[in-house]
Amino acid sequence: MTPTGYLLQHLWLIPLFPLVTAALMLFFGRRIPKNAVSMFCVGSVGLSFVYALGAVMQLLAAGPEQRVAQQILFEWLTPGPMQMSGGHLVRFVADWGYLLDPLSCVMVLVVTGVGFLIHVYSIGYMGHEGGYYRFFGYMNLFMFSMLTLVLANNMLLMFVGWEGVGLCSYLLIGFYFLRKSATDAGNKAFIVNRIGDAGFILGILLTAMTLGTVRFTSVGLPDVAANPGILQSLNSAVAAHALASGAPVLTAIALLLFVGATGKSAQLPLYVWLPDAMEGPTPVSALIHAATMVTAGVYMVVRMNAIYQLAPIAMDVVAVVGVVTAIFAASMALVQNDIKKVLAYSTISQLGYMFLALGAGAFAAGIFHLMTHAFFKALLFLGAGSVIHAMSGEQDIQKMGGLWNKIPATARTFFVATLAIAGIPPLAGFFSKDEILGRAFERHPDLWFVGFLTAGMTAFYMFRLVFLTFLGYSRADEHAEKHIRESPPTMTVPLMILAVLSVIGGWIGWPAALGGSNQFEKFLEPVTQSYFVAPFEGRLSVNATPLLGHEGPFATETSREELLRVVEERNKKPSALEYLLMFASIGIAVGGIWLAYQFYRTKRIAPELVAAKVPRFYQLLLHKYYVDEIYDAAVVDRVKDLGTALGVFDAKVIDGVGVDGTGWLARFGSTLSMWWDKWIIDGLLNFSAKLTQLSSFPVRFLQTGTFSSYAMLILVGLAILLAYYGHHMQVLMRGAR
Amino acid sequence: MDFVANHILSVVLFTPLVGALLLLFVPRENENAHRIAGNVFGVLGFLVSLPLIRWWHPGASKFSFEENVAWIPSIGARYHLGIDGISLLLVLLTTFLGMIAILSSWSAIHQRTKEYYILLLLLQTGMIGVFMALDFFLFYVFWEVMLVPMYFLIGVWGSDRRLYAAIKFFLYTLAGSVVMLLGILALYFYAPLPAGATRTFDVPTLLAGAQTFSDPLKVWLFWAFFFAFAIKVPMFPFHTWLPDAHTEAPTAGSVILAGVLLKMGTYGFIRFSLPLLPTDTALRSRIISIVIFLSLVGIVYGALVCLMQKDMKRLIAYSSVSHLGFCTLGIFALTPNGLSGSVLQQINHGISTGALFLIVGVLYERRHTRMISDFGGLATPMPNFAAIYLIISLSSLGMPLLNGFIGEFTILQGAFQVSKAWAAWGVLGVILGAAYLLWLYQRVMFGPVTQPANEHLPDLNLRELATLVPLVFLAFWIGIYPKPFFALIEKPVENIVRQVNPNFYPAERAKLPVPELPSAAAETK
Repeated sequence: MTPTGYLLQHLWLIPLFPLVTAALMLFFGRRIPKNAVSMFCVGSVGLSFVYALGAVMQLLAAGPEQRVAQQILFEWLTPGPMQMSGGHLVRFVADWGYLLDPLSCVMVLVVTGVGFLIHVYSIGYMGHEGGYYRFFGYMNLFMFSMLTLVLANNMLLMFVGWEGVGLCSYLLIGFYFLRKSATDAGNKAFIVNRIGDAGFILGILLTAMTLGTVRFTSVGLPDVAANPGILQSLNSAVAAHALASGAPVLTAIALLLFVGATGKSAQLPLYVWLPDAMEGPTPVSALIHAATMVTAGVYMVVRMNAIYQLAPIAMDVVAVVGVVTAIFAASMALVQNDIKKVLAYSTISQLGYMFLALGAGAFAAGIFHLMTHAFFKALLFLGAGSVIHAMSGEQDIQKMGGLWNKIPATARTFFVATLAIAGIPPLAGFFSKDEILGRAFERHPDLWFVGFLTAGMTAFYMFRLVFLTFLGYSRADEHAEKHIRESPPTMTVPLMILAVLSVIGGWIGWPAALGGSNQFEKFLEPVTQSYFVAPFEGRLSVNATPLLGHEGPFATETSREELLRVVEERNKKPSALEYLLMFASIGIAVGGIWLAYQFYRTKRIAPELVAAKVPRFYQLLLHKYYVDEIYDAAVVDRVKDLGTALGVFDAKVIDGVGVDGTGWLARFGSTLSMWWDKWIIDGLLNFSAKLTQLSSFPVRFLQTGTFSSYAMLILVGLAILLAYYGHHMQVLMRGAR
Repeated sequence: MDFVANHILSVVLFTPLVGALLLLFVPRENENAHRIAGNVFGVLGFLVSLPLIRWWHPGASKFSFEENVAWIPSIGARYHLGIDGISLLLVLLTTFLGMIAILSSWSAIHQRTKEYYILLLLLQTGMIGVFMALDFFLFYVFWEVMLVPMYFLIGVWGSDRRLYAAIKFFLYTLAGSVVMLLGILALYFYAPLPAGATRTFDVPTLLAGAQTFSDPLKVWLFWAFFFAFAIKVPMFPFHTWLPDAHTEAPTAGSVILAGVLLKMGTYGFIRFSLPLLPTDTALRSRIISIVIFLSLVGIVYGALVCLMQKDMKRLIAYSSVSHLGFCTLGIFALTPNGLSGSVLQQINHGISTGALFLIVGVLYERRHTRMISDFGGLATPMPNFAAIYLIISLSSLGMPLLNGFIGEFTILQGAFQVSKAWAAWGVLGVILGAAYLLWLYQRVMFGPVTQPANEHLPDLNLRELATLVPLVFLAFWIGIYPKPFFALIEKPVENIVRQVNPNFYPAERAKLPVPELPSAAAETK
């Protein structure tokens, strides 16, 4: 049964609601009263959530393998025929179309659900800020972009959302635009992301050139054969032996796209913008820089998983970058004192976990962690916002303490989220993290080991945060101390809902080893195992690699039944190793907590002494490995220098020597020809004139002008002539005789 | 009405000229009458160009609305006009931007208003003529005619170093066009003459005739035309007249200069240079690689130099060098995507950069300075201005759903099909574009108001909104629904590619009759 339903046929309404209110705010916001702003903007996101929920329900009514709804509104980009790598011509089209499949179901619900809660929270948090309508306008614009990103049916439209969320991130980081540090951070975020986007664009182009399309799949379209998607093209190319696992072009695509992902999802080496992004209002950090936008890279890789699975080298790169980022960021989080900075580094670290999962081939686990992380990290940021709110804007955890009973709702929900991120069962984080570590171990024990260490560090820095913020004695100054009060219900109710989600959110992925059946992974299987390759001919051409071990022969010929059997078997027989790994993760989490307890509660170990023992290392961590300084010195300043140098070159060499030089040459030439004219051309003329004059000199004496002398001359002449002729006459006559 | 319909191109071409002539009879003292007359003819010039869309036959494979009458029979020069989809877009861009440029001058120009509007209208006719002429002689006349009003616009109504800039602009362009004249004469005299025919300046005839030329002759002709067009575009390293001309010109002059004048160069490349490429593959690819190299250098170089500019107009001028580098990259990729993207990007550049100059003009009118350091924090006193400026910046830096992205992506796609390295270099320009535009925006708009003079700057007035909002609207239109634009240029682009790069079409590679494009389904079977 193919999915049907009014909601599924009008998916475009989901992003439209927030777009309409965003436009309303940005055009007329100044004239709309505050209450109406909240109602419109929060209401539209709520509407999107309800609508999305309904659409997902309608989709679920279909069988697991038919859960795709796709619709094309219009042809968006139609630049004409394109020559593919093989020389074939295709008519390149990027649709404006929407796709709802299990993967986008998860994303759209997380984005609208968590987004809605954060919007509600913002009513309270931003209530006293100027530019209220502007804030909500940007937030709604963000929701539109993010929903376009996750619902797009092709890479290029996804890129529209991708850039759109980047723009909103830029605008919201720089929301307090009077502060230079805020607008600097906005610029940094945008430009660093642009570097990633460059890779993304090239990846899109290479995909288009290789597969002839950028549409993800053709399933759900009326004419499947005439409108192939990436999956179908890939499938037929593999079947025709034109492409195979490990083909360089697929590796190149995967790596280029991953460059994009490292930008948006703040991975090494492009993570540097995210800590600075904390300049934005805290709800922005929660929504954009924790729960949704920064996970876009993870979503994109999973969306393109068919290509990644055929590019084992790229998968290894993804896994290694992910796990290195995870531990690298966690180490920086250990010593930060700004509550939001700790959470920012923690976000980078958790995103690293997600990429570790993807690189290990556990796409569903990556998305699972994305979802649970959205719950508890949004909660942590919102909780931090509530703390900052209570502390009159203070963000330094060294100046907090003793808040546990003063802001009870915030403190308790924050604690739940901390347990969740630390990986304590049965909270959400435990299941997703455990799943990732298990799959990482299967890929390579080293990957697991680094991830395992990171888990301990995570537990440590999160409990350090909790101990310093909520327990012990207050270190706040008097002014702040006086004004501490719990936030209004618009803020605390979202906290509580998120706390519930942070507890139970992981249960849908309850692993088989603990008596569950991992519904979540099953739900996503059609996407991560490429069941949607249609028409399905009883064979699975792509995607069997990670299941059958990536050393094995490429599974073109593996029957689907065989594949399902492998999956089934793996789920049925939890090995002893699985339990061992599980205990190890719990163990190290508890260890981290215990250590934090020793440091910051019992004070049996003094943090200062430890820091003093390894002063260099401590400074290195405190200064975040000097990465910002290194980037500035090695790249930013060099580019600026280059700009300056070229500017001088332009003025002095191209314009100076080239153009003005030509001008000088022309003037010199004209001077020269003036001289030539004057002395040679004119000179010759004058010379001949002079010559004539000179030669006329003797004759001048004859020209006296006196009649008598002329008469005299005539007479003399006549006489000479007569004498001459007379003489000749004589001669002639003598001759005639 | 029939007469108008049959001579619609002439009507579009001469409406501004009629306006200029009428203005001659308006008394010198009556400044507002000049303004009103100028604007009326600006709007009229745009309105009469609209029927071109209405009467357009999308399937037309050759030139439409042709007019062809004898002009100077003794030398074979004819009054031959005609447009295809490419020139149609450029003509519309000209009439549209012309209207806006004229409107933007209302309060900016206070001296010699009569001459000012006459020259602006004259300029319009010259530029439209360049895009319409199908006779080399006529083309050359328009090409030179438009130089004169621009020279005076910069030289008379410009800012401090206006004379230097005006003369530089004039001489530079003239140097190029003289070489082009030689090229035209060579075409005229070398073109094979069928028995009984007289010599002609007809563009299609001469370009068809040029196909019989030997390769060395074609190479010479190519470079002759290239030189003129490269200066006009301007391509690196012939670009240094541009920052001076832009900086010194009055706002309307900069808008026209960036929006339309530069496109005469790219238009020339498409119409005249491409058919003159030699047939020999090695020779051809050497030429192409030189031109592409200059384009790529221009993209990155222009963007880098932007980073160090202290003058807003100069910065935008250098950004034009970078953007036009994209346009030439697209043209000389010789693929349909590249060419379509290039044509569209020319329109986009007219819209975005035109708007950016209007924006600087708004600030200049209020503060009489263009220095970035004189501003800062303007978002507080001028919120509407801030919003429009942001949208235009984003359009210029290639944000999806705005026009710039469509052009850049399509060009990159066209270049990518030929060489991945070209596209990779081009993408570098996209990164830098974000850097210089956002940095500029930050320095001008964000932060606290640093100078007392800026504290109470008035926000955009209605007239300024009327100049900017249509451009913003167009930027969104092309960004969200570019299909009609692509549809207009698809056919002429295909014609050109079939002629200059037949290898692109596999059917022609195989010397088979031309089939329909194979559908995507057939590819993946």
